[in-house]
Amino acid sequence: MSRFFVLTLLTFLGKACFAQSAAVDASGREIRPPAKVERVYAAGPPASLLVFAIAPDKLTGWTRAMRPNEVEFFPERYANLPELGRLTGRGNTANVEMVLNAKTGLIVDVGSTGPTLASLASQVQEQTRIPYALFDGSIESTPATLRALGRLMGNEAPAEKLAAWYERELGDLKQRVSRAKEHPLVYYGRSASGLQTGGKGSINVEALEVLGARNAAAEARAGLVTVSFEQVLLWNPEVILTTDPNFWKSVWTDSRWRAVSAVEQNRVYLSPHLPFGWFDFPPGANRLLGLWWAGKLLYPQVFDVDLRAKVTEFHRLFYHREPTAAQLDALLGEPGVLPK
Amino acid sequence: MTSRSISYVVAAGALVALTALAFAVGRYPVSLSEIVSLLASKITGSVNTLPPNVETVVMQVRGPRVLAALVVGAALAAAGTAYQGMFRNPLVSPDILGVSTGAALGAVLAIFLSLNVISIQLFAFGGGLAAVGLVYWIGSRLRGHDPLLALVLTGVVIGTLLGSVIALLKYLADPYNQLPAITYWLLGSLAAIAPRDLAAAAPLALAGLAPMLLLRWRMNLLALPDDEARALGVDTRRLRALIVAAATLMTAAAVAVSGIIGWVGLLIPHAARLLVGPDFGRLLPLAMLLGAAFLLGVDTLCRTLVTIEIPPGVLTALIGTPAFLWLFALARRSW
Repeated sequence: MSRFFVLTLLTFLGKACFAQSAAVDASGREIRPPAKVERVYAAGPPASLLVFAIAPDKLTGWTRAMRPNEVEFFPERYANLPELGRLTGRGNTANVEMVLNAKTGLIVDVGSTGPTLASLASQVQEQTRIPYALFDGSIESTPATLRALGRLMGNEAPAEKLAAWYERELGDLKQRVSRAKEHPLVYYGRSASGLQTGGKGSINVEALEVLGARNAAAEARAGLVTVSFEQVLLWNPEVILTTDPNFWKSVWTDSRWRAVSAVEQNRVYLSPHLPFGWFDFPPGANRLLGLWWAGKLLYPQVFDVDLRAKVTEFHRLFYHREPTAAQLDALLGEPGVLPK
Repeated sequence: MTSRSISYVVAAGALVALTALAFAVGRYPVSLSEIVSLLASKITGSVNTLPPNVETVVMQVRGPRVLAALVVGAALAAAGTAYQGMFRNPLVSPDILGVSTGAALGAVLAIFLSLNVISIQLFAFGGGLAAVGLVYWIGSRLRGHDPLLALVLTGVVIGTLLGSVIALLKYLADPYNQLPAITYWLLGSLAAIAPRDLAAAAPLALAGLAPMLLLRWRMNLLALPDDEARALGVDTRRLRALIVAAATLMTAAAVAVSGIIGWVGLLIPHAARLLVGPDFGRLLPLAMLLGAAFLLGVDTLCRTLVTIEIPPGVLTALIGTPAFLWLFALARRSW
């Protein structure tokens, strides 16, 4: 009898401590986080960024160690968090035992919420007994993801502040875009040759779609594709955006590219990439800066915004450190980032 | 006319017709008359009144690509023919001694280090040469074995070693940016060919072809056992080293600009052998004609069928396999 009583008490206590309120993640899986989440393992860079923004002290580590040129953008104690690796998605580099060892109370991934990742999450959750939540990583759902993540982590207030700010920024952006009279044809060129691009619906050109720009490669299928140079010439984009400094340099000397309208008009721009890329990768909240940047380049009349102030504000809120004037100069002064 | 010379004439005719067709089609519409008047103005030196984009497409984009397809196809087929004769093995392809894997490692390393296109090509070319150099050096030091067996086995093990280094670099690469670039390079493509690529690869491929053409009659002796060949006064060791160097130079130059394109180097020599028999002097020109025509045909489809590029490695096997089986069923010639 007394044994039964102890067991019941233990079960009750256990439930009270660990299985507090159940939540549903973006893939529809039920998540039961512990009452108090102290440490969160983020399975990929977009998730790291959001967890770090909401509660930097809860992040167990980065998926890959910060490089020297990235470290300076973050408070030192966070920049030097350990490298834990990625868990799902494009190949695991993290060791499940290490995630366990990091005293993780919650695993989150932000990005795709499709069946492949949902099943992987369930599997890891079963193995580790650590709740594993998936959230949508698209730009538009970033505020909702921030709020849901804040609830799971027990940090509603800071998450709500970030979400509300992000919503206002997106609203302001869209309101400006709606005033734009002309929507230039944009080609997004990746890789050293510039012939890799993203078709309509591809996550790589999501920023273009949010900005209401016309993607030259819209007729290509979603996802990364390679196109021929003739095809680019046929599209004859008015603006080229790239993330590859080698490609940006080569368009000015390669006689083939000179035939493209964007090159002729000097409208080829290089996206900043520190400490996280602005335009394409990693596909996370960091792309807000790419939206302001590209908006300014595509619709100069309606985007009379101070990019330095935008960068400073985003860094303060999401990276917990304002960039120095020298850092801003370096980010925005790199050749190709802004019109001469 | 013998059936052999018919093979040459048909292959050469097909190549010329295909080249003309390849110049005429593409994503950017250029009419045949525009191409003709452009070429005429280039030859006579007169000023043409064509839209400037026509000249860019023909001279800078499509032209170099068509010629590069011819060079890469011919080079891979020639190297494959030489190796299959030399190793007395029909399953050998130009990358048996690790040239493609070495080139791939070079290119992957350059992408990993975020270098530009020219550096990627230089790394690939250097990687291909270095890999074969290493294999040859080790293979020739393994005494007490059949030299060919030692060479092939060394090639296989070094190839797997380099393959695992490639895998490691892929694993460490940035999954959003570098990994797709590496994957696309390994799939092979002629999409990014610029005039300068052709200017760099064509002379190197020709330099590799020269010794093969000059020594084409002696090549048959390499198919004999070493002592028999030596009895006929051929220094097999030196001849073999020369052919390996020539084939490696050709393949490395081709792979550096095109990435890895399979099938051509392995099966085009067989197709040629089915048509004209095993004599190297007759085989080499036909294999090159067929290889050039085949890759040109495949690449033309790759760049015209849909908006996006299709990797040639996909189509070489899709088109090549039925064509090869058909030829195999028709021919009654023994190897």
